[in-house]
Amino acid sequence: MASLNDYLLVSGLLFAIGLAGVVLRRNIIVVFMCLELMLSAANLTLVAFSRFNVTENGLPDYSGQMLVFFVITVAAAEVAVGLAIIVALYRARQTIHTDELVSLKG
Amino acid sequence: MPSYLFWLFSTIMLIGACAVIAFRNPVSSALAMVTSFVGLAALFIGLSAFFVGVIQILVYSGAIMVLFLFIIMLLDLKDEKRRTESYLPLVAGLALVGTFFIQLVGVLSNKLPNQIAPNLNAETLAKAAESYPEGTKISEALTAGRLPDIHLIGNTLFTDYNLPLQILGVLLLVATVGVVVLSKRQTN
Repeated sequence: MASLNDYLLVSGLLFAIGLAGVVLRRNIIVVFMCLELMLSAANLTLVAFSRFNVTENGLPDYSGQMLVFFVITVAAAEVAVGLAIIVALYRARQTIHTDELVSLKG
Repeated sequence: MPSYLFWLFSTIMLIGACAVIAFRNPVSSALAMVTSFVGLAALFIGLSAFFVGVIQILVYSGAIMVLFLFIIMLLDLKDEKRRTESYLPLVAGLALVGTFFIQLVGVLSNKLPNQIAPNLNAETLAKAAESYPEGTKISEALTAGRLPDIHLIGNTLFTDYNLPLQILGVLLLVATVGVVVLSKRQTN
């Protein structure tokens, strides 16, 4: 049986990989995918806590899974809006490389 | 879930995540992300969160991945060029991730309570059935020794979390309208 620490370690690693991607990659679509990885790492933590902390009737704490449900829905909405912004950005600038998007730089 | 399955699916998930940032081609990154999310869904199912595991596959590996691929093909992107100039961002990024990882190890080296997952055997489930009204689907399934995951989630969602659910509906409507406004071609 995997312990709670194992789940937290794996989800922390997933979060770190996502963070590395956000910092290192220059393609804004890949940066977006790495944001999704970070959200999923948080979801894994929530589900693990829900399973390892039972309520008084002995079932998993479903409040944690409710939060995961809401996070997944908000992430889906966020992806739709974000990708629409990327398409609008590409139309205006013909690039999605973050190095070349410098017009706010003084 | 047996230990070896946990480590197998964790490895699939982490390798998929590494592949997302390692591939130069965004289409390969999107497919690596799906691999990662399938491993994650397997971990969810191993934690007896069947509903969350299924919507993870449906929403992420289905809908969101298709959206990503659609946009990548719409934009007709070239592979990312290898950068030869400054390595400062690379060093700063790796230092940030390294600090985070050291912090993580520091926190996890402390012993947390509830190291072992509480048992969900037939006995526990039958005892839990007493807290639900008799004759309902939840109570029947629990008495029979099954975990009615979807019924329990539905019960929680529509009683304790009814208002957030409706606010979420409004959020989805706003997102839909926002996307239509954003992707409309500007005409003078």
